[in-house]
Amino acid sequence: MPSFSLSVRKRLQTADGERVLDITMEVGANERVALFGPSGAGKTTLLRMIAGLSTPDSGRIAFNNEVWFDSETGINVPSQNRGVGFVFQDYALFPAMSVEKNIAYGLRKAQTSRRKDFLLESFGLQEFRHRLPHTLSGGQRQRTALARALAPNPRILLLDEPLSALDPLMRASLQEELDRTHRQMPVPTILVSHDMAEIFRLSNRVFCLQSGAIVKSGPPREVFGGSDDRLRFTGTVLSKSDQGVLCILTVAVGAEVSSIAVLRDEAQNLSPGDRVGISAKSFNPDVKKLEIG
Amino acid sequence: MSVDVIPLYLTFKLACFSALILFFLALPLIFWLYFTRSPLGYTVRALVNLPLVLPPVVFGFYLLLFFSPAHPLGHFLQYAFHLRLVFSFEGLVVGSLLLNVPFMVNPILSALEALPASLCEASLVLGKGRWTTFRRVLIPSIRPALLTGCVLTFAHTIGEFGMVLMIGGKIPGVTRVASIAVYDEVESLNFGAAHLYCAALVAASFAVLLILLLVNKRFARTW
Repeated sequence: MPSFSLSVRKRLQTADGERVLDITMEVGANERVALFGPSGAGKTTLLRMIAGLSTPDSGRIAFNNEVWFDSETGINVPSQNRGVGFVFQDYALFPAMSVEKNIAYGLRKAQTSRRKDFLLESFGLQEFRHRLPHTLSGGQRQRTALARALAPNPRILLLDEPLSALDPLMRASLQEELDRTHRQMPVPTILVSHDMAEIFRLSNRVFCLQSGAIVKSGPPREVFGGSDDRLRFTGTVLSKSDQGVLCILTVAVGAEVSSIAVLRDEAQNLSPGDRVGISAKSFNPDVKKLEIG
Repeated sequence: MSVDVIPLYLTFKLACFSALILFFLALPLIFWLYFTRSPLGYTVRALVNLPLVLPPVVFGFYLLLFFSPAHPLGHFLQYAFHLRLVFSFEGLVVGSLLLNVPFMVNPILSALEALPASLCEASLVLGKGRWTTFRRVLIPSIRPALLTGCVLTFAHTIGEFGMVLMIGGKIPGVTRVASIAVYDEVESLNFGAAHLYCAALVAASFAVLLILLLVNKRFARTW
């Protein structure tokens, strides 16, 4: 039985003019769902509507039997009564409060001290508990934001590109931490991400949004097509140089830059700045373990 | 030459009272202005900024009319609260509070509006109401602006002349503040005393602004 269901419409003003966001989705108890898609597709707006920070034009949002928003009956439960945990893209840590005060902010008096200590410990923040947010590293801020969101035992956890501001190494270790956290404190989670690896790791279902609608959904492996035996990357063309029948493309994939040779005809309609999908046979490529650090 | 220091004392007493009282009175107004989506917000913002464009003497004139015992408001205040706001120090304080509203409200409100919206949203999502959010998250995040509001009010009160003259008269020891004393001394060609008052005002204003800059710099470093 789905614990969370939503069906909303909202007109959005985007850089490319007006657009209608029209989404229907359900999230099961303890399911981890990802929203994937280009910027401006409406991912963040969707999270904000669930949290009550943005109001749909019409539709219905419900958690179990509790209606949070219904345009027909005029119900609109304010954010503070929905019991969601939200991790903002900029973390939104309270600048004048120490790490532990940030974490304790959403707690009721009676539960404060034990719950706070538990969270400080499980996120490895014990030694930073008295520090102000501006003195923390990106990873520490992210962990504080996550601990703060989880503190009051939210009924659903919303993560808005929580790792996008971090370097790849930090990302990998925090993905692991998020994964572990979810096992320790299971809570239905909706994650907005641009990063396929992150989605593979942290979700069991992905919704692809494009221009305000869900165009594909399912397990990440099916949606991103990892089922055939090919290596797939998406990258950006940096430069292109003709070498007779061949054309050498320099492509950035994630943090790496590679040069690949393609037939000149195939490269004809490509120019620097284009997004490209690259796939190659995945039988027996060189695979080496990397030492972290 | 003996110089009467009472006008200087009155000026600083008035400035301290104005800054302190206005700070606490302005917070609920700032709270409302920050959160309201009502079109009334614009009207109130215009009213808040009226003292910036109006000559203070005009302000003083209306206050003199309304607070005079001949006017129903002044009559009411006098008989209900034994409060006479014309030609009294209390009247100066009330006039100064009204005149300084933009100097207190504007720096604090613009600092609040410069904060990322996510701070307020994060607090709401964590189950707190707007007033708690305002008091515990927003206001502590803009400490330098709070100080700026108080210091601007303080400094502006030190320099006030027209309104003070209108509503206070210039009763020695009660409403004859330093700026009026300067004018009086010059009129009676007593330049020595005028010099002393002026020098004291310049020194005090400069010191206040210097302290503001230094304290804000310290905030900027620890923040």
